[in-house]
Amino acid sequence: MHPAPSVILFTTLSGFGFGLLFFLGLGLPDVSGGVAFVFFAIAYALAVGGLLASTFHLGHPERAMKAFSQWKTSWLSREGCCAVAALLVMGLYAIGPVFLNTVWPVIGLIGAGLSLATVFTTSMIYTQLKTIPRWNIPLTPALFLGYALAGGALLAGQETLATALLIIAGAIQLAYWAKGDQAFAASGTSLGTATGLGDRGTVRAFEPPHTGTNYLLREFVHVVGRKHSQKLRIIGFALGFALPLLLLVLPFDGLVLKHIMALVAVLSHLAGVACTRWLFFAEAEHVVGLYYGKR
Amino acid sequence: MTELPLATTRKMGLVIDLDTCVGCHACVISCKGWNTENYGAPLSDQDPYGGDPSGTFLNRVHSFEVQPPACDSQPAPAAQLVHFPKSCLHCEDAPCVTVCPTGASYKRVEDGIVLVNESDCIGCGLCAWSCPYGARELDLAAGVMKKCTLCVDRIYNDNLPEEDRIPSCVRTCPSGARHFGDLGDPESDVSKLVAEREGFDLMPEMGTKPVNKYLPPRPKDQIEDQIDILAPLLAPVAEQGDGFLGWLDKALDKLPGGAN
Amino acid sequence: MAHSQPQLDTSPHVSDEIRKTTCYMCACRCGINVHMKDGKVAYIEGNRDHPVNKGVLCAKGSAGIMQVNAPSRLKSPLKRVGPRGSGEFVEISWDEAISTAVGWLNELHETAPHKLAFFTGRDQSQSFTSFWAQNFGTPNYAAHGGFCSVNMAAAGIYTMGGAFWEFGQPDWDHTKLFMMFGVAEDHDSNPIKAGLGKIKARGAKVIGVNPIRSGYNAIADEWVGITPGTDGLFILSLIHVLMKAGKIDLDYLSRYTNAPVLVNAAEGPEQGLFLRDADGKPLVIDRKTGDLTAFDKPGVRPDLSATYEKDGITHRPVFHQMADRYLSDDYAPEAVAERCGIPAQRIRAIGAEIARVAFDEAIELDLEWTDFRGEVHKKMTGRPVSFHAMRGISAHANGFQTCRALHVLQILLGTVEVPGGFRFKPPYPKPAEAHPAPHCNGRPGQPLDGPHLGFVQGPEHLALKDDGSPARIDKAFTWENPMSSHGLMHMVISNAYAGDPYRINTLFMYMANMSWNSSMNTTGVMEMLSARNDDGGYVIPHIIYSDAYNSEMVSYADLILPDTTYLERHDCISLLDRPICEADAAADAIRWPVIEPDRDVRGFQSVLVELANRMQLPGFTHADGSPKWKDYADYIVNHERKPGIGPLAGFRGADGDKVGRGEVNPEQLDKYIENGGFFVEHIPTEASYYKPWNTAYQDWAVGMGIFDSPQPYLFQLYVEPMRKFQLAAEGHGDRQPPDHLRPQIKHTMDPLPIWYETDQQGNEGYTINALTQRPMAMYHSWGGQNAWLRQLHGRNPLYAPTKLMRDNGLQDGDWAKVSSPHGEITVPVMEMAALNDNTVWTWNAIGKRKGTWALDEDAPEATKGFLLNHLIHELLPPKGDGMRWSNSDPITGQAAWFDLKVKLEKAAAPDDLEQSKPDIPPLKSPIDSGPNELKWKVGK
Ligand SMILES: Nc1nc2c(c(=O)[nH]1)N[C@H]1C(S)=C(S)[C@@H](COP(=O)(O)OP(=O)(O)OC[C@H]3O[C@@H](n4cnc5c(=O)[nH]c(N)nc54)[C@H](O)[C@@H]3O)O[C@H]1N2
Ligand SMILES: Nc1nc2c(c(=O)[nH]1)N[C@H]1C(S)=C(S)[C@@H](COP(=O)(O)OP(=O)(O)OC[C@H]3O[C@@H](n4cnc5c(=O)[nH]c(N)nc54)[C@H](O)[C@@H]3O)O[C@H]1N2
Ligand code: SF4
Ligand code: SF4
Ligand code: SF4
Ligand code: SF4
Ligand code: SF4
Ligand SMILES: [Mo]
Repeated sequence: MHPAPSVILFTTLSGFGFGLLFFLGLGLPDVSGGVAFVFFAIAYALAVGGLLASTFHLGHPERAMKAFSQWKTSWLSREGCCAVAALLVMGLYAIGPVFLNTVWPVIGLIGAGLSLATVFTTSMIYTQLKTIPRWNIPLTPALFLGYALAGGALLAGQETLATALLIIAGAIQLAYWAKGDQAFAASGTSLGTATGLGDRGTVRAFEPPHTGTNYLLREFVHVVGRKHSQKLRIIGFALGFALPLLLLVLPFDGLVLKHIMALVAVLSHLAGVACTRWLFFAEAEHVVGLYYGKR
Repeated sequence: MTELPLATTRKMGLVIDLDTCVGCHACVISCKGWNTENYGAPLSDQDPYGGDPSGTFLNRVHSFEVQPPACDSQPAPAAQLVHFPKSCLHCEDAPCVTVCPTGASYKRVEDGIVLVNESDCIGCGLCAWSCPYGARELDLAAGVMKKCTLCVDRIYNDNLPEEDRIPSCVRTCPSGARHFGDLGDPESDVSKLVAEREGFDLMPEMGTKPVNKYLPPRPKDQIEDQIDILAPLLAPVAEQGDGFLGWLDKALDKLPGGAN
Repeated sequence: MAHSQPQLDTSPHVSDEIRKTTCYMCACRCGINVHMKDGKVAYIEGNRDHPVNKGVLCAKGSAGIMQVNAPSRLKSPLKRVGPRGSGEFVEISWDEAISTAVGWLNELHETAPHKLAFFTGRDQSQSFTSFWAQNFGTPNYAAHGGFCSVNMAAAGIYTMGGAFWEFGQPDWDHTKLFMMFGVAEDHDSNPIKAGLGKIKARGAKVIGVNPIRSGYNAIADEWVGITPGTDGLFILSLIHVLMKAGKIDLDYLSRYTNAPVLVNAAEGPEQGLFLRDADGKPLVIDRKTGDLTAFDKPGVRPDLSATYEKDGITHRPVFHQMADRYLSDDYAPEAVAERCGIPAQRIRAIGAEIARVAFDEAIELDLEWTDFRGEVHKKMTGRPVSFHAMRGISAHANGFQTCRALHVLQILLGTVEVPGGFRFKPPYPKPAEAHPAPHCNGRPGQPLDGPHLGFVQGPEHLALKDDGSPARIDKAFTWENPMSSHGLMHMVISNAYAGDPYRINTLFMYMANMSWNSSMNTTGVMEMLSARNDDGGYVIPHIIYSDAYNSEMVSYADLILPDTTYLERHDCISLLDRPICEADAAADAIRWPVIEPDRDVRGFQSVLVELANRMQLPGFTHADGSPKWKDYADYIVNHERKPGIGPLAGFRGADGDKVGRGEVNPEQLDKYIENGGFFVEHIPTEASYYKPWNTAYQDWAVGMGIFDSPQPYLFQLYVEPMRKFQLAAEGHGDRQPPDHLRPQIKHTMDPLPIWYETDQQGNEGYTINALTQRPMAMYHSWGGQNAWLRQLHGRNPLYAPTKLMRDNGLQDGDWAKVSSPHGEITVPVMEMAALNDNTVWTWNAIGKRKGTWALDEDAPEATKGFLLNHLIHELLPPKGDGMRWSNSDPITGQAAWFDLKVKLEKAAAPDDLEQSKPDIPPLKSPIDSGPNELKWKVGK
């Protein structure tokens, strides 16, 4: 799949944002006033920024309102609904700590639930696609949730939780790669089934339907070299998980240093997530590539 | 809207004969011509006279080579080439419809045609992602999703003569490799053709239940296998006796009015 | 929530009006319905009533909209201001353009008409352009047939009075086995596809003989991946096995062919010629009486076997000579298998299958008919095996004999003009003798003494001057290629440049991209066109060219006469020329201006009328000096070749109710337009088959004006005129070939088909066959300017078979250096498994020169696309004898495009592989480039 910057930005940032909102809804960290405002502002900036970024690749962003209508069948519509609901509920909830110095735990819980649900619906947009076997596995929602929770905990300054969640998310990521590498073969789809000619012999794509490019090739056929992708996996994993974990467990003296290290951990994680998210798209192979002799 | 109808009255679709398609691209361009002028926004082309021309097409013709395995009678079988037109298959379980967030994509209840209502489409592209067959293309100029309409603006069109109420690509196909009809009616010509020629689905494992069917190429390169039956036909007429001219004389005698 | 869906208008407005005319995105000439909205072209579809395409339309036809709107269209007459080949022009008025042309031409007309060479390319008005040239008085006229497929045309006409090409077709409705040789797109594109579809729908068998298994060959049930250039051998081997098994139609051979005709065996100037009676009629022995008699005497049953003894010499029938030759083990499958690249077993199996279908599956139609000997036949017997072939066997230096061999095979099977076999389309059948002989005597101010092109019957018809030197600039009808019925367009520039046989003053070309894809030795041709003498003047002093688009050729002309596109002008697809007939019907068609040009351009034929009028050319001018016609439309309606016979056969006579023959009808064009742009007259059922011998057909043809009197004839298995050339080479007769050509003539002009290896000496190390094919969605160079079509074929890889890819360490996307004795190109390669093991190929004419066709300079056509033509030379590599040997068939002069042999190597440097080579410098474009985006929609 074409790793469109807007989609990478969207899933990365909104994952972080809703992850943070989840923890804020649970009352973690327990902050109020200006500090609470900063936390909520960051969360909203990430979540809303991500959502806005996602509209960049729309042909008709001005019609975006229409996207809320099909929640009964469409995960994309559900994501929109969930996101709006989560943002509204959490907005209401934020009034408490920021302005009134109180907490409404029930609203917080609902908001936290909606925030996680939003991440889940995002993941299901990808997971549901049988056409992209690498995504069409149960580990995909786990991966998105894992990332959102680990990132959220990190942003929320929940060191212990973050440590645990980073380990879990990292493990999911490794499992996802292992499983994902086999997914296309396991899906049973091949040029043979795509053309129905498989039982006559070995099928090979000969002349493409046109010598130039087209929407399908631009959107769905993106070939990352294996060596290239291994390298990026290492970089993404190191930045996203290894380094932040190291920074979390290493004992640092002094609050300032600790904060700096936390910031570095967050930035490193962010960079790592962007990198693995790039791979999430770039490594995903759409079955339509078969028709073009590409995957 | 993006809910699929539980059942459609008819299942209109195409049957494409891979034994007959010569790969001429006539259907591709005819489709481009009709749909540029008709349904919705024109099918645009970017950089049409430049270094990287590309445009929206609703029907494209691939070609594949098939290398049959060696066997006793054919130790080195020749590779075969199959031309392969592909457009929307108007799936019964169309994932492209259910993923659509806006309801722009829908499947018509009266004939099963899968369409995009362009004024509702936000151009998110998700339907194209969900289509295994690459049957949808986002038009860059119009920002909306384009796909085969099964020429819904032809097949019922009172402004066209009755015989022309068929898809543009079917009407134009020079070799008659494209057939159009109701695949839900087992008595229709297309259904009978599919039954007789063992028509098949593309990527059945995707569970999309395509309405369009493909007819397989007939077996090829088998003439030598029949040599035992054929060989007697070539038995020489003049192995012995007075040679070919002797045979000729006798054979001429046998012609009506041939004896002298 | 229940399913809901929007309201949809399923009956939208389709168009304001349909204008019916004829397609010209290629030479197939299908009928089109042009849907108009607001006076603009909205959509083009096939015309269901049209005899050629019956409603279907190919990709090119549907893309016509992009052709008439192409930014590459020339906009006004142009005068060259920079050096030739620079592309520097200024726009001029039509007045200036016509005066300039008349200034150059009139002087030649009045002093030395042969100094004008007028050659036309994809011309569909040859009866008109040749009429113009004839009245100008130059012998130097031809269209593109000589480099295209003259072998096919000439072999067909000399052998059976008609050819494949678009002049005949398989009986698609009855045939049970269809075998095609070397066909990719043909001129009969849509009819062949439709025919294949019919055969497939019936489940009948198709055999494809072609080194490449694409297109039609991809759907063939059996693919014969023959070694290029060896089809003749393969066919003669089929003849061998069929004759040996007696699977030939003796009845048919005795009645309708010259197999029973007696050949003179007496040594001397008559040896090998037919025994004839006092009237010149070939003689046969009547099997009933044993008497020597004229072949066509009523009641005669010609004997295939009997000989005739006179003066102690035995004269034997043609059929004996055929038996002698083809029963030889030299033609046994085992003897030819390796050279043809086809296993002997497979040759036998194909032969047996042909025999089975022809004889065991014969059909009979209940149609009574009377033959030319007066015999009434109750039924028509069909041998449902049919053949078709085109340039794959034609464009080789042994192509004439190979095409002949195929016709002989058809005739031996008795499958020509019978149900299920091959059928002619009017004006064919028409034997070679019924065609004119070539004429070449031009005198100043006078018309030529007759039509330029024709069919020679012996050395007496050669186009030679009194001193024996060639009369024509292309050396057509000379000892080098005596039967060059279509001329040799591919030699014109090269000969004019070399001054061999003489120098010319003006080269006038129409619709031929001669500095690019239609020439061999492309770079050389560009140099020849721009070469200068010592005095600084050009070797070819004037070049006038008419094109509709900014093609590569435009830059090499001094004066450009911009043409209209096919929807903007009158055209006439005439029975006098290459009509649109079907086997069941005579038909012709027109084009008419369905839209008006939005530029300062004029239909070329009308410009020719105007030039003729200004020069007062004889045939164009009344006795009082006034012009006969004001433009081409006027000519189409009012010209009469013979009283009552004009360019169009339909709607003649004052009331428009006469067919074929009839007075001029001033309303004729309107009638055509009303009728859909064409006219059809059906052949009576009893005349549908056996046409060359069927009195009902002959009478019908006379009524239509196709012949003046019935012309029944025998199929010529043995072509006597060829023997006459052999006799000359053996020293007989007063017209004698130069000595260096005697062996070639004796060897190749065999009156019975032979096969010989084509002459590619100097080719050591060059062993791989290199071919081109036409893509179905592109017409030569025209398609490249078409925004829709160029997305399909924007560049052309060199396809190489798996074995050659492996041997040379090549992978898809790699580049290879391909060389011939003549040149070298560097091009991208792609693997193809379904391909002859020793053959590479590419699509024809995709490569473009930078700066042309209103394409950007980085267009893939110019950066990755390429022409194979750079590797092909119009001359063979020098043989050390000081002669210029043309790369052509020694009989017809057909350009031997497909004899090319090359060497393949992986291109070393991967860095500069962004550009195919040769990378010829860009031309300046006299027109603007196209828009960056297209959203074509004329309706609201
Ligand atoms: N390597 C290789 N080369 C080949 C062949 C091959 O098989 N292999 N085939 C050969 C054969 S058979 C042929 S016929 C030639 C074809 O070669 P050409 O006869 O040169 O054919 P085109 O490239 O179509 O060029 C015709 C010219 O006509 C112009 N034209 C198009 N429409 C109009 C119009 O309406 N009016 C006017 N005035 N001009 C118009 C086009 O712009 C173009 O410049 O190529 C030959 N060249
Ligand atoms: N779409 C389209 N249609 C066209 C044209 C076009 O440019 N585009 N051009 C028109 C013109 S001008 C012409 S002349 C006709 C030509 O029509 P075709 O003769 O059908 O065309 P080519 O493409 O030259 O095809 C030659 C075929 O012969 C095969 N071949 C080459 N050598 C051999 C051999 O030795 N033996 C055998 N058996 N096969 C061989 C090649 O593989 C190829 O398939 O097409 C006309 N129709
Ligand atoms: S082919 Fe693709 S676009 Fe068409 S209905 Fe099926 S899934 Fe949808
Ligand atoms: S691109 Fe349009 S039709 Fe497709 S899913 Fe998005 S809104 Fe629906
Ligand atoms: S049915 Fe109509 S829209 Fe669909 S591929 Fe054919 S021409 Fe195109
Ligand atoms: S028009 Fe017919 S023969 Fe041509 S590519 Fe399309 S389906 Fe095949
Ligand atoms: S074959 Fe195609 S391009 Fe040629 S005349 Fe017919 S429709 Fe036009
Ligand atoms: Mo040609």
